[in-house]
Amino acid sequence: MSLDLTGAEGSRKFIEAASPEHPSLLDPTHQMDTLFGVVNIPNVVWIDEQGMIVRPAEPGWPGGRQELPAGLLASLPKMGRAPKAPAPPEGERDPRAMLATGQDRTTYHEAIRDWVAKGTASEYALSPDEVVARSEPRPITKSEGAAHFELANHLWREGNRDRSIWHFNEANRLQPDNWTYKRQAWSLLGRERVGGDYGQFVQGPLEGEEASWPYDSDFWSDVATVEAGAYYPKTLDVSAS
Amino acid sequence: MILQELDISAEQFEQATGWKIKPEGACKGDMCVPLDQSADFDLKAAADRLRMALVHDELAGLWALGPESLGDRALVTAEAPELILNDLNGNEFRLSSLRGKKVVIVSWAPY
Repeated sequence: MSLDLTGAEGSRKFIEAASPEHPSLLDPTHQMDTLFGVVNIPNVVWIDEQGMIVRPAEPGWPGGRQELPAGLLASLPKMGRAPKAPAPPEGERDPRAMLATGQDRTTYHEAIRDWVAKGTASEYALSPDEVVARSEPRPITKSEGAAHFELANHLWREGNRDRSIWHFNEANRLQPDNWTYKRQAWSLLGRERVGGDYGQFVQGPLEGEEASWPYDSDFWSDVATVEAGAYYPKTLDVSAS
Repeated sequence: MILQELDISAEQFEQATGWKIKPEGACKGDMCVPLDQSADFDLKAAADRLRMALVHDELAGLWALGPESLGDRALVTAEAPELILNDLNGNEFRLSSLRGKKVVIVSWAPY
């Protein structure tokens, strides 16, 4: 599922390059967030033959070699900070290290294979009560954030930018740990302002252009505020089994 | 769910949210939440019972209904909800069409 407002426009080249044999779908309104509790990508949900979720949304990786495309980082322009971004916490903290947390990326797929082989006997398959209890926390404020995100998404596609950005900011304020909402909002401007193959990864103001950044924060400023293990929570441990 | 008015039917509500209005209340999977059904379907009352936020943008003339937040969790049941999305060619795909197979949904994005 590609969680991107631009739909086929933004996802086509990646899907066609991968030419998957499995269904590959577009989720421009982020239904995965509202229906399953997805709050970041990549996220994985396991569902059994009876249509029961056996693991709720969690970070997951396919294993094998994983690296950024050559030239991606070098191609990105220098970035500034959103004028309204939260102040960085005191002390040394490496934002890139925050992104490297979560499951063991090389072994996560082994848990899936274990479940495929053993079914409910797999230690990784959760009971229905555990699935519900371990799904994403959602107080009423997060429902409100989701409603604002839907308005933002709708108004952006209608060309009502100012109103859309106001709702994106509200969604991000009410769901501060929803990185698909944040990255979606910020990437729309990066894609427009920088363009090229990787413009969507510019998720903050360009250096010297901070005053024209309409969002209340930016990617690196927000990542800097995240506690270790919060960006990609570790929810299972294959190596311990 | 984007709305231009709050006067919608129970069927429209079900289509957008997955909550079916039955005699016992609003139901999803194995969970039913009692509703006052002495009158026609009342969106505001149902949203309140299901703890769905209803946000109004007066300037844009739109409402948006957020997802349920019962139990303060994203899921109220382990039964997978129906998910209907299109592929690159505009063909509709239903998650329920994979019933009988194990499914792993991977969410990704080009950003």
